[in-house]
Amino acid sequence: MKKIWILFWTFFKIGSFTFGGGFAMIPLIEREIVDKKKWISQNDMIDILSISQSFPGAVAVNSAIFIGQRIGGYIGALSALLGVIIPSFLIIIVVARIFTYVSNIVVVKAAFKGISSAVIALLIVAALRVGKAGMKYKISPLITIIALVLLLGTGIHPIYVIIMGIVLGLILYGFKIIRKKSK
Amino acid sequence: MIYLELFITFFKIGLFCFGGGYGMIPLLEREIVIHNWLTSQEFINIISISEMTPGPIAINTATFVGYKTGGIPGGILATTGVVLPSLILILVISHLLYKYQHHPIIKEIIYGIKPVVLALIIQAAIFVAKNTFFKEGISIKTILNFNANGHFLKIINPATIAITVVSLIVLLVSKIHPILVILAAGAIGVILHFIGVL
Repeated sequence: MKKIWILFWTFFKIGSFTFGGGFAMIPLIEREIVDKKKWISQNDMIDILSISQSFPGAVAVNSAIFIGQRIGGYIGALSALLGVIIPSFLIIIVVARIFTYVSNIVVVKAAFKGISSAVIALLIVAALRVGKAGMKYKISPLITIIALVLLLGTGIHPIYVIIMGIVLGLILYGFKIIRKKSK
Repeated sequence: MIYLELFITFFKIGLFCFGGGYGMIPLLEREIVIHNWLTSQEFINIISISEMTPGPIAINTATFVGYKTGGIPGGILATTGVVLPSLILILVISHLLYKYQHHPIIKEIIYGIKPVVLALIIQAAIFVAKNTFFKEGISIKTILNFNANGHFLKIINPATIAITVVSLIVLLVSKIHPILVILAAGAIGVILHFIGVL
């Protein structure tokens, strides 16, 4: 029972202090779980993080569930999950309350114009990072262009474009198998 | 039934959100338009706030949109919806996954999704840029007209473009934490407002 509580508290701390999304949490998770608590070995942690990134959903949430389950079964998974989301939830509720009152003040509007300009830069940096890491095949850039044309040019729901990506991945895998067999 | 809609919508988003929170922005934007939950400007403010507050972006935006449209119960349902697919999938198939995680098929699917995620992030950047670089209440039609008439400067906010360019350079060449870049950009926005250029 104590372990379950520590699990919750550890992820609560991680959820409270990392800015900039789930990827920023990874070093903190490693420090807490591998270095300090020694619950999971470095090698297993690398595996867990790589699976967490290939699963749908937020990386921080996925790794919390994986690690929680590893250490404390179903209850462990649930307590790690609650630990990582409760800080966000509480902070956002408070901020949303305040923001409703101040969002029409001109100075706040100007601040948010500046902030959203910086957010565009953050998105470009993220795009560059994904572009560097994700272009495995010669046709990968072509997939990006086709997806972009579909997203911007047609009214198609983004979910279908994601499904297209999954199907293309399977087709690429099929081609690889066929090529291997014919050799 | 707003609560049920929130839950189902965020469950769907949680299920199809790959490669981090940025890829889900276009999904969420589409759902917000379909349900008429928020204006574009409100949504962009929510993205900005999610960047400034701790925690995963997916959780922050789910809680914020849920709260804005359905109060605290709405926030709880949207947040539960967005994490539930992860919880179910991981608890149900994680033991299988440990066995097959080095199976090439998982890698290949990821190689198929990554280029799509890139397209989604580019779309998210275009969406935010469209609502930030142009002055409020400008439609695409007026943009094209103005462009043809050569009065382009009257409808854009050059200050916002400058902030984006400077932030991008700072993020690429220095190791300054993104949260500091965001806070600085907000402060510059306020200063430029008092000078009268924003």
